[in-house]
Amino acid sequence: MADRLHVATRKGLFELARGNGTWDVADQHFLGDPVSAVLADLDGAVYAALDLGHFGAKLWRRDPGRTWKERGVPAFPVKPEGSGDDPHPWSLGKIWVLETGGVAGTLWAGTMPGGLFRSDDGGASWSLNEPLWRMPERKQWLGVAGGEQPGINSVLVDPRDPRDIRIGVSTAGVWATTDGGGSWRIINRGMYAEYMPPERHEEPIVQDVHRLARCAARPEVVWCQHHNGVFRSEDAGASWQELKAIRPSKFGFAVAAHPRDPNTAWFAPAIKDERRIPADGKLVIARTRDGGRTFDPLTKGLPQRHAYDLVWRHALAVDASGERLAFGSTTGGLWISEDGGDSWSMPDARLPPIAAVRFADA
Amino acid sequence: MPIVSFTPALQRFLAAPSAQVEAGTLAEALAAVFASRPALRGYLLDDQGAIRRHIAVYINGSPARDRVGLTDPVASDDHIYVLQALTGG
Repeated sequence: MADRLHVATRKGLFELARGNGTWDVADQHFLGDPVSAVLADLDGAVYAALDLGHFGAKLWRRDPGRTWKERGVPAFPVKPEGSGDDPHPWSLGKIWVLETGGVAGTLWAGTMPGGLFRSDDGGASWSLNEPLWRMPERKQWLGVAGGEQPGINSVLVDPRDPRDIRIGVSTAGVWATTDGGGSWRIINRGMYAEYMPPERHEEPIVQDVHRLARCAARPEVVWCQHHNGVFRSEDAGASWQELKAIRPSKFGFAVAAHPRDPNTAWFAPAIKDERRIPADGKLVIARTRDGGRTFDPLTKGLPQRHAYDLVWRHALAVDASGERLAFGSTTGGLWISEDGGDSWSMPDARLPPIAAVRFADA
Repeated sequence: MPIVSFTPALQRFLAAPSAQVEAGTLAEALAAVFASRPALRGYLLDDQGAIRRHIAVYINGSPARDRVGLTDPVASDDHIYVLQALTGG
């Protein structure tokens, strides 16, 4: 089980360690700077993506010897003449998600404004996945969070075959490659978009996929927290079934998939859209253990009165054992469970708003 | 020769001392600095070479006019200030 947890916040990266049965802040890095994504690589290296308000997105790497060094950052090519109808900027907004490509030092970065980048040298250099970026359909991708920029929020690399990848896009559905990114197609069917005109409800490309999570042991099982519901797929994201039993609400951003049990996943429900707060001021994690037929609202150790914590897309995580979970909130709350979510406790810290949490299983 | 100086806020991330450069335009002035400090470029310019949205550039007391092409002329006794725009919290 993982004994170390990285918490990316609006004001730095916090590293928690478990000792004597309790979790505590063991170290802090980049104090004062927004950290948008974090990854513990297979070789023990840690990557932190900064989203500096003035100076742009940056990437730092801590080698196993524990020295932080600035690495390269994904960059878009020069925007060609005549691409004036492209609604999206050709300039990196921020790194939204970092994932391992299956071997240490091979990384994928999902970004705003929707570019997918790959590094094969531990983040020293990056290349834009041109086949995806050049697809004409990309110009239909919708911006999120009031901006003009869509974002790739999830990169699911099949542990059996690292060339087989699914990405989730806010807002452009689920895209798949089976040749390592040489070609892409949009694959999601079965989702619906309440926020679109009725004649477009079921179009794959308008689906606001907030977050995807895949069962490591059964990678064809993928879970989705969508803008207006939660969904599950048994064919690696091609067809989706809505899980209508989710409660107390179907809106949310985050989802975590059990690494071995394809029927278990966790969500962080909130009141949708208009308010974006927990239902009735009660903070709840919703867990299913039967493939989404039923959900248990987990509340032990979570505030059940006047809690207005929202959990962002990358701020709910499970470790490789499936027993340890953590989630963080927009108001800096951090909760950790060591029993699959049955009970939760808070480390002794009042943190800045949390963008992402991630266990270091290495 | 014009002088380029940088917000001290950069010092947290990398060295950015003032520099005296050969330049007739803002683009040339910044290029001269980046030639010896390539890592600085990404902190000040976006991927298309425009000044980052939250970076303020002044030539003497006036804000640079062309934040995309950086064509503003600079004279030999000009002072270029690269600062943080007021933003955020």
